[in-house]
Amino acid sequence: MSVLIFLDQADGHIRKSSFEAACYGSQLAAQLGVPAETLVIGTVSDDLASLGQYGINTVHTITENSLNQADGQVFTQVIAELVRTINASVVVLSNNMLGKAIAPGLSVLLKAGLVSGAIDLPTTSNGFVVKKNVFGGKAFAHVGITTPLKIITLNPNSFPITKLEAKATVKPFVAIIPPSKVKVVSTKKVEGEVSLSEAEIVISGGRGLKGPENWGLVTDLAKVLGAATACSRPVADINWRPHHEHVGQTGLAIAPNLYVAIGISGAIQHLAGVNRSKTIVVINKDPEAPFFKSADYGIVGDAFEIMPKITEAVKKLKNK
Amino acid sequence: MKILVCISKTPDTTAKVTFTVNNTKFAEEGVQWIINPYDEWYALVRAIELKESGIVSAIHLITLGNADCDPIIRKALALGGDEAIRINADSQDSFYIAAQIAAVAKEGNYDLVLTGKETIDYSGSAIGGMLAALLEWPFISHATHLTLENSQATLVKEIEGGEQTDQVQLPIVVSCQKGMAEQRIPNMKGIMGARTKTLTVREPVAADSFTSFVQFDLPAAKAGVKLVSADHPEELVRLLHEEAKVI
Repeated sequence: MSVLIFLDQADGHIRKSSFEAACYGSQLAAQLGVPAETLVIGTVSDDLASLGQYGINTVHTITENSLNQADGQVFTQVIAELVRTINASVVVLSNNMLGKAIAPGLSVLLKAGLVSGAIDLPTTSNGFVVKKNVFGGKAFAHVGITTPLKIITLNPNSFPITKLEAKATVKPFVAIIPPSKVKVVSTKKVEGEVSLSEAEIVISGGRGLKGPENWGLVTDLAKVLGAATACSRPVADINWRPHHEHVGQTGLAIAPNLYVAIGISGAIQHLAGVNRSKTIVVINKDPEAPFFKSADYGIVGDAFEIMPKITEAVKKLKNK
Repeated sequence: MKILVCISKTPDTTAKVTFTVNNTKFAEEGVQWIINPYDEWYALVRAIELKESGIVSAIHLITLGNADCDPIIRKALALGGDEAIRINADSQDSFYIAAQIAAVAKEGNYDLVLTGKETIDYSGSAIGGMLAALLEWPFISHATHLTLENSQATLVKEIEGGEQTDQVQLPIVVSCQKGMAEQRIPNMKGIMGARTKTLTVREPVAADSFTSFVQFDLPAAKAGVKLVSADHPEELVRLLHEEAKVI
């Protein structure tokens, strides 16, 4: 028995959301009194033994170049094979694009109940119950998994990364790689310097900024804070900003530590994508903007005057 | 070519979320139901576009639920579905639901099954992937574009931090998101025509459930917004640093 954590990598490096999954999985393993094991697929340049600092005992690797860019269903079959080999009782993945492509198929292959988008460790005193957000962040559900084998996908930015001093054992896993039914024609990177779904701080702009030429107000602050940038739906729809920056119900749902909304009124569809943020700041010249009701901090005023002053103040703070 | 579009009934985004039976069940009374937006705006409308372009001959809709689903099925038929199947069962377990759809997809000789990327109520993102595994068909998740040529599909999907273009032979399962199509509003002709389109009610096949909702609760109310004067925006920076400790 063990907890197996699938670690997602990009360009040879383990993703931040995967470190969160590693910490989540190893703490769950400790709770269950079993070892924590991980699987890394593809060629990774990181020191994998150092994954021990996240509480990982064993790292299984499949260093196959062809798997740097594979179809989710191929990963699903490879993970299922490892689960059977090491007799894992829980599989943890990040609830990111790849995790969402893999986990449902894995659930069918292994006849294992899946809870996607977990935000806390399961309670295991009476059954196996996982907490997740439902109804666009308006409620929590506690979902019981009734199968012997369990699969959990963890929402990015929902679990703290903690470190200890330990080394993991790295072991190659010889897997049967099934042929992919999907031919990858091309891939294109579209994200900025900071990944929006993994960002701890997100600075977001709405129609109140009046035009794409004014986006410096958003990007200047984002730059000094090392933050990702986002926008509201109308802004993406009128092409002021790219669609992948759209956060909200039909765009990306995010949960950063700090979300700063500038010139966004806060329609319920927008809130559904951002209300899991830990701290929300709203800057809007309309004191009646509904967003203020969901905010922790707010300034009623003209963003064109306020934003440069905030950016200046942050620069001063950073230089201290 | 035949498409099966999976649709789900969800509470309207503005619906008040409360629970009954010791917080174990969503309180449905007085709730305005809609077609899950990802199923409607992206999966269904893209299917309709493919039919309009002459590539697809029939669009069938499938949902799982009791007769309360019929209004949203009629709306989907009014938008452009040809006929609909309702599995007469009540379940929130993704595996159970996927097993029901798989049974219909297997015997219906479909070339393509479309789902939304997730439902806006339980956000499981699971039906498409489970269905593909049950049918042993390829699965493309989070697709933003889909074109068909003979028996080959070309798709663009969102991947972490970017996008990927894939080619794959039909039949396939695709989960759809923004980019696939634009929202449409049913016209009067569609609404009138939908009344006489076939809606078949079928009893569920035997299937397992892997999960169950034990309890729901509501997040603690926010303390209320702390307003900072527009004359002293630097005070906000101090609060975020010293009080909220987020910068």
